[in-house]
Amino acid sequence: MATSAKKNPIDTIFSLVTAAASLTVIILIIAILFELFRESSPAMDRFGVWKFLSSTDWNPVKESFGALTNIYGTVLTTLLSLVMAIPVAMGIAIFVTEVSPNFLKGPIGIGIELLAAIPSIIYGMWGLFTLSPIMSGYIEPFLKKILEGVPIVGVLFQGTPMGIDILTASIILSIMIIPFTASISRDSFNLTPAVVKESAYAIGATKWEVVKDVVMPYSKLGVFGGIVLSLGRALGETMAVAFVLGNNHRITTSLFDAAATITVTLANEFAEADKDIYLSSLFYLALVLFMMSFITLAIAKFFLLKAERKYSR
Amino acid sequence: MKVFLKMVFVLAVVLSFTSVNAAETLNGAGASFPYPVYSAWAFDYNKVAGVQLNYQSIGSGGGIKQITARTVDFGASDAPLTTEELNKDGLLQFPAVMGGVVPVVAIPGVKEGQLRLDSDAICKIYLGDIKHWDDSKIKSLNPGLNLAHDEITVVHRSDGSGTTAIFTTYLSELCPDWKDKVGAGTSVKWPVGIGGKGNEGVANYTKRTPNSIGYVEFAYAEQNKLAYVLLKNPAGNFVEPNFKTFEDAAATANFDPKKHFHLWLVNAPGKNAWPIAGATFILLAKEKTDSNKKVVAFYDWAFKNGDKKANELVYVPLPASLKDKIRAYWKANGLQ
Amino acid sequence: MTRERWRKAEGFFALLLSTLAAFLGLFWLIFILGDVLVHGVKALNLGLFVNDPVPPGVEGGGLRNAFTGQLLITFSATLIGVPIGVLGGTFLAEYARGHRIARLISVLADIMVSVPSIVIGTFIYAILVKPIGHFNGWAGAVALSIIMIPVVLRTTEDMLSLVPWTLREAAFALGAPYYTVITQVVYRGAATGILTGILLSIARVAGETAPLLFTSFNNAFFSVDMKQPVASLTVTIFQYAMGPYENWHQQAWAASFVITLFILLITIAGRLIIKWRYK
Repeated sequence: MATSAKKNPIDTIFSLVTAAASLTVIILIIAILFELFRESSPAMDRFGVWKFLSSTDWNPVKESFGALTNIYGTVLTTLLSLVMAIPVAMGIAIFVTEVSPNFLKGPIGIGIELLAAIPSIIYGMWGLFTLSPIMSGYIEPFLKKILEGVPIVGVLFQGTPMGIDILTASIILSIMIIPFTASISRDSFNLTPAVVKESAYAIGATKWEVVKDVVMPYSKLGVFGGIVLSLGRALGETMAVAFVLGNNHRITTSLFDAAATITVTLANEFAEADKDIYLSSLFYLALVLFMMSFITLAIAKFFLLKAERKYSR
Repeated sequence: MKVFLKMVFVLAVVLSFTSVNAAETLNGAGASFPYPVYSAWAFDYNKVAGVQLNYQSIGSGGGIKQITARTVDFGASDAPLTTEELNKDGLLQFPAVMGGVVPVVAIPGVKEGQLRLDSDAICKIYLGDIKHWDDSKIKSLNPGLNLAHDEITVVHRSDGSGTTAIFTTYLSELCPDWKDKVGAGTSVKWPVGIGGKGNEGVANYTKRTPNSIGYVEFAYAEQNKLAYVLLKNPAGNFVEPNFKTFEDAAATANFDPKKHFHLWLVNAPGKNAWPIAGATFILLAKEKTDSNKKVVAFYDWAFKNGDKKANELVYVPLPASLKDKIRAYWKANGLQ
Repeated sequence: MTRERWRKAEGFFALLLSTLAAFLGLFWLIFILGDVLVHGVKALNLGLFVNDPVPPGVEGGGLRNAFTGQLLITFSATLIGVPIGVLGGTFLAEYARGHRIARLISVLADIMVSVPSIVIGTFIYAILVKPIGHFNGWAGAVALSIIMIPVVLRTTEDMLSLVPWTLREAAFALGAPYYTVITQVVYRGAATGILTGILLSIARVAGETAPLLFTSFNNAFFSVDMKQPVASLTVTIFQYAMGPYENWHQQAWAASFVITLFILLITIAGRLIIKWRYK
């Protein structure tokens, strides 16, 4: 690094100012963790860690709180949305990198980005007013009719389709995360060196075989990182789900039932928790969510960094 | 450098904006039960006194919580607090208006005032024991109605609600089963159903879900043309929710200023009384003397000028004798 | 069927599926945007921007306070978040380049980008609402700025790193101190990239609802006082959409349309700037 003969005072000031600015990131994360811990300590003292995480009680009247119903809802909607989103996102990535003619690549890319830019409250509104009636009027009765009797799978389709339930919420979530997964997958696919693909073509592989056996294995670290990143995003989604989830604190096996996620519980009950232990339990939930998303992102980062290192070899 | 100066200038403009003497703002939050009438009163009061009374409907639980945390100037709750609770948090309480909680249904073909239910039927529906509209219990109460074997979707509140408190107090008083399994309160562990946020949310979900049943403050049923239900009251009559039956329920009420007006109006004994009536209360923090005087000034104005508006929205204004008791309470507590 | 025919068929089928997937993605986009467009335009009228809300049951009314409030909060958040983000990114790309702390902060910033926004809302409630004694617009602005800072920081860092080191060396050779090199040379070179990052972060927070729910709260009246609750478009959309009144629903659609249009325009502008500059 170049240095001048004597230290310029303005330089020192500027470097300190910028250093302070960048330190806000560390300070904020520590502050958030500190506050969350502090506010949830009454609940932590009362309920402990394991008991809170495994209790299905959410009873403001009897002042007994447990996170399991919320965690269950969060995990179920997130996993379901991933299951629905990943195939579509991969399909889009494959299309954009391998199948589509060049002139289409730009517009479709922009289209996917626009999908990502739509604010989550719009998804929520659309879900409540447009998707939910379609679900309760056509799709859910149809699914119920053909799948209700099937053993094992049928258990997911019991009860009256109301449109305001886990299935609708998961579908909306999946639409929201498609763009993330698709664009990271596309970027990972594009990093496959042309040489490797060309050698495969040279020995007579079809396009699909190149995708299946060359591109995808090569980029699997990046793609996996992208999937975990989308998982993290879906975990923290509030507004898109708040409209159509139904807010019922219980563990249920039917996709046609209402449920609760951590984010929606926070949105609905935070401003109203009137007893101290109630508010503290909500902060405890927020802490649990923060931990879950932190861990998920750390895992995603790990894979993405590994992929980066591999590709820049 | 130039850009930096420009930004500073803009920042200065924005900041000057915010210290411009904005119109006087009073912040209140709480029950969605009286939201239609409070916001109507605030709208008119703003024209008369220039004060912006910003009332946010977040549920009675929210009202209690926010005034306890002193993040608003007044809280509103349909669930009255007891003297111990008020003393613990340094709060004062008085009623503002009365109304009725009404079960509403969205059954295809059933219009308002057609379906008859009693407390036993409602209990069982909300407990999940009665699951279909053509259940024998419901049929026996409604011999003239053709009810199909449709599954009932129960709608309740997802937030902390005084309306829920009134409704569950009504159920607990008459159904030992409900009292045992669920109990009464602003936020209970509902055995079945989907939760809507606020009276608004319950009205919304009930409206768009066929074969559903919900409970809302009557103004919401009226404004959204929801089909209300006839209930059997303790005197044995099936009554319709309207101004007269609410008034009848309120007529027997004896509010005691010494108990800070704590009173439930459910299961009132009158012949034509609506069984799920309730008053809604304003909560003030004792030490906020300045803002308390302004809040009281608003409610004083509403007591003098707001009865007509309340009637229009089918709320029962407090009787003159009660208003006098409240004014005496204000004077005794340094609020006026 | 011969092995070759089978492979060809399998390939065709698989690629057909991927094409369908792409069109499914586009289908959702068009469906959702189309819905917002149709419902929103129907309810759009001048009164929406000029009038303030009226109580349920009264005719007319608009969302003037919500539009103003949204602009005020977003603008304030930008004023707080962008300078911190840009300066922070500068530190990581310049003074701390290559050091371990830069790596650490970079990774932490990435993680912060995905912290659920509602958790940030609860955090700000604990430090900026409860101690002050009432909800206020500044709390909402700070909550949004916390979401913006890591985004702007990372884009700035990335864009500054793209500027070739030789450019800096040339400036040093002329005797310029480092801060002059940064402000006069490097910033100029990375300006469009940084601008895009800023635009995208604005697009991101302009549509946020959860962090505002218990910070800036909501206000039924027109107010520009940031020390009190401020109405915002997103929270109002939430409130109106969950309510039962038909005209509330219409206003919610119109507001959704305006916000979506605003955000999409900013996003497209950001992308176009990059494309034009780095062609």
